[in-house]
Amino acid sequence: MGLKEKLHSFKEKHQGKKWLPAFSAFHTFLYTPNETTHSGAHVRVVDDLKRTMNTVILALVPCLIFGMFNAGFQHYQAMGQAVDFLSWETLSIGLLKILPLLAVSYIVGLGVEFIFAVIKGHEVEEGYLVTGMLVPLIVPVDIPLWMLAVAVVFGVVIGKEVFGGTGMNILNPALTIRAFLFFAYPTWMSGDKVWVHGAVESAGTPDAISGETILGNLAQGNDIAYSVSDMFFGFIPGSIGETSTLLILLAGLFLIFAKIGSWRIMLSSVIGALVMGLIFNAVVDAGWVAETSKFYALMSTEYWQHLLIGGFAFGVVFMATDPVTASQTDKGKWIYGFLIGFISILIRVFNPAYPEGVMLAILLMNVFAPTIDHYVVQGNVQKRLKRLKEKTA
Amino acid sequence: MSQDIRIKKGLDILLKGDAEKVTHSTALGNMYTLRPSDFHSITPKLSVKVGAQLKAGEAVFYNKSNEDMKFPSPVSGALVDIVRGEKRKILAIKIAPDKEQSFVDFGQKNPRGMNADEIKAHLLSAGCWPFIKQRPYDVIAHPEVTPKAIFISAYASAPLAADYDYVLEGKSAELQEAVTALSKLTSGSVHVCVGKEADSPLLGLDHTTVHRVSGPHPSGNVSTQIAQIDPINKGEVVWTVSPQDLVIIGALLLTGKFNAERTVALAGSSVANPQYYTTKIGADMATITGGKLTKGTHRIISGNVLTGTAEGTRGALGFYDNTVTVIPEGNDYQLFGWTVPVFNKISVSRALTFSWLFPKKKYELDTNTNGEHRGFVLTGAYEKVFPLDIYPMQLLKACMYQDLDEMERLGMYEVAPEDFALTEFICVSKQPHQEIVRKGLDLMLKEIG
Repeated sequence: MGLKEKLHSFKEKHQGKKWLPAFSAFHTFLYTPNETTHSGAHVRVVDDLKRTMNTVILALVPCLIFGMFNAGFQHYQAMGQAVDFLSWETLSIGLLKILPLLAVSYIVGLGVEFIFAVIKGHEVEEGYLVTGMLVPLIVPVDIPLWMLAVAVVFGVVIGKEVFGGTGMNILNPALTIRAFLFFAYPTWMSGDKVWVHGAVESAGTPDAISGETILGNLAQGNDIAYSVSDMFFGFIPGSIGETSTLLILLAGLFLIFAKIGSWRIMLSSVIGALVMGLIFNAVVDAGWVAETSKFYALMSTEYWQHLLIGGFAFGVVFMATDPVTASQTDKGKWIYGFLIGFISILIRVFNPAYPEGVMLAILLMNVFAPTIDHYVVQGNVQKRLKRLKEKTA
Repeated sequence: MSQDIRIKKGLDILLKGDAEKVTHSTALGNMYTLRPSDFHSITPKLSVKVGAQLKAGEAVFYNKSNEDMKFPSPVSGALVDIVRGEKRKILAIKIAPDKEQSFVDFGQKNPRGMNADEIKAHLLSAGCWPFIKQRPYDVIAHPEVTPKAIFISAYASAPLAADYDYVLEGKSAELQEAVTALSKLTSGSVHVCVGKEADSPLLGLDHTTVHRVSGPHPSGNVSTQIAQIDPINKGEVVWTVSPQDLVIIGALLLTGKFNAERTVALAGSSVANPQYYTTKIGADMATITGGKLTKGTHRIISGNVLTGTAEGTRGALGFYDNTVTVIPEGNDYQLFGWTVPVFNKISVSRALTFSWLFPKKKYELDTNTNGEHRGFVLTGAYEKVFPLDIYPMQLLKACMYQDLDEMERLGMYEVAPEDFALTEFICVSKQPHQEIVRKGLDLMLKEIG
């Protein structure tokens, strides 16, 4: 008897047991089920939610690997040691710091999902597969593991399960986790230490290094110390997976090609950000803002450079496009995306305490997405009513 | 006033096993089955008992809420069994056919000299009324209503569906009689939709408005055509009849007999030699498919793969169906089926699925769901295969939370379950769309009527 038959008879034998969803989660991971169609169409496309989620994870893998190298690279850079980007030294620091984050994210997150699945008697759903991958990529490298674990529990329970699980949540779970960290441990998450490995431990010692991000520097009125190509390729400090605009761009194109990511949201977000950037540039050009203003550095940043710094690109490609929490209508997606881009840059510039605007912008628009959809759908309803009116008139 | 229809949104599902245009006759067989479940929302009352001798066209049961609406026996023979389910619900009525078929004589009629009431009474008593369905709700038409128009789709765009141009060949006379009769029942026109290049016997008939349809499935669905020609508003009723049922209506008028014979396509990748066969409504599947299938476990479907009913070899041809599709069952596991690259199944994404590389390739799909039931997650995909000006996911959700006002506002009066077959086919969350819509329509029918 092969593995396939053994697992099948095991499943049959324990049908109806409370813990079966936990077994099924592993079983369906190994084998797509033998389930056949019962009602409606007798044939179905090959795509399922696992494949969809898996495609997003594939798109994230290059960002993860790059993030590992970059974690080590930034560490040695800050220490003033010359090191090749693609070297064992850089990768080993990345592996050492980032694999535990990944493990904590998946173990804690999936643990919560399993518990909920068993309690509520439904299958373990795939939503967390992507969330679990996103989370380590949007946190700073030196975040303590316990902090991440607490945030993951909060994010999965409050962000998703209380609404009924995958497909029902209002806020993007990964961003809920990030926002929880941000507001629960503000000194960590918005400090100038946590972004580069080693900066926290060395603080206060003669070997102290800076762990500041570009946005943090700008918010303090400093200039950008990195070249445009560094920012584009991602050789800058920041959250683990968000630095390489190039890889994120490629991932975005891949998701659009695979017909999984919404190009409408991605494109309109970029347009929104550029418009806001241009407005700020125009305000600076018009001389309405004094150079001494604390907003000056961020406002005068070239409008297109906003796309390269911070988590904007990562947020737009991987978080704003989350189909559950985004607008669901095509027209709505244009509005939703545009406002995300627009508000991201607005928050980024005007609220130096929270330099990362894209997280808050997406969460804000998550809340408004149903409202946007409501009005778009109302347009369709009105059309129908108008047709009736013309007919009866 | 003719108007051509071009549909852009949709999806042609190319499957192996298209029926070759050769027609054979099948044996009379041992058993015919009438199933009340074919007639949605009708509560049957039997008019005969087990053991009764029936003639073809004789009423077997009638509609409890409208006793004039009769449901006929497709053959002459003995009523041998009534299969009942829970609460004595009638599931199937089995009739063993006589060797020599005899028919009830309903009398030859010329619809040109009849008024609407006479035509209605004639169709009701001769058991031809159930062929006429209505929108909204996709149920058998209410005889007291005068519909604003009648729609006939003679363009079969569903996968492996029987080609109407072929099966209707030589039936112009019957079609003309039926169309003439129907034209007296509506205040508007009888709209006939044929394929763009079709050479249909329905072309050139009197009392019709012909439209040429092109584009991917569901361009042949009558809802798609109604939406383009004369959309249904709240309070309006339209009727729909399928062309092969027109032939039966026409034959009744011409000969006075209820002739349940029709040409069906036996198609699908599990059929060794897919061709057309003449048979009768209710014929058992064993007679239709016997000796014609390849080896293996199959699903025999009365109808097409998107909207048909699963039958075993002991099942029967449905009252409205003119296609029998046989495909392999897919009750097997697949190792890492959710992540391995896939070349031999259809996909609408490009997530390591490669059907987009071969747009002309024909596939052999089985009945595996290819994944498990989940909540709605992806957005924007359904709209690409849904040509109606309706938000499909929003409407499905309204059906699920049973908000009648919302369902009405979102366009529930304009749809039938079959319109959601493609969205169901492509659904990543494997939601039962057609069932959801059917339940939603039933709820509206019950609450609003």
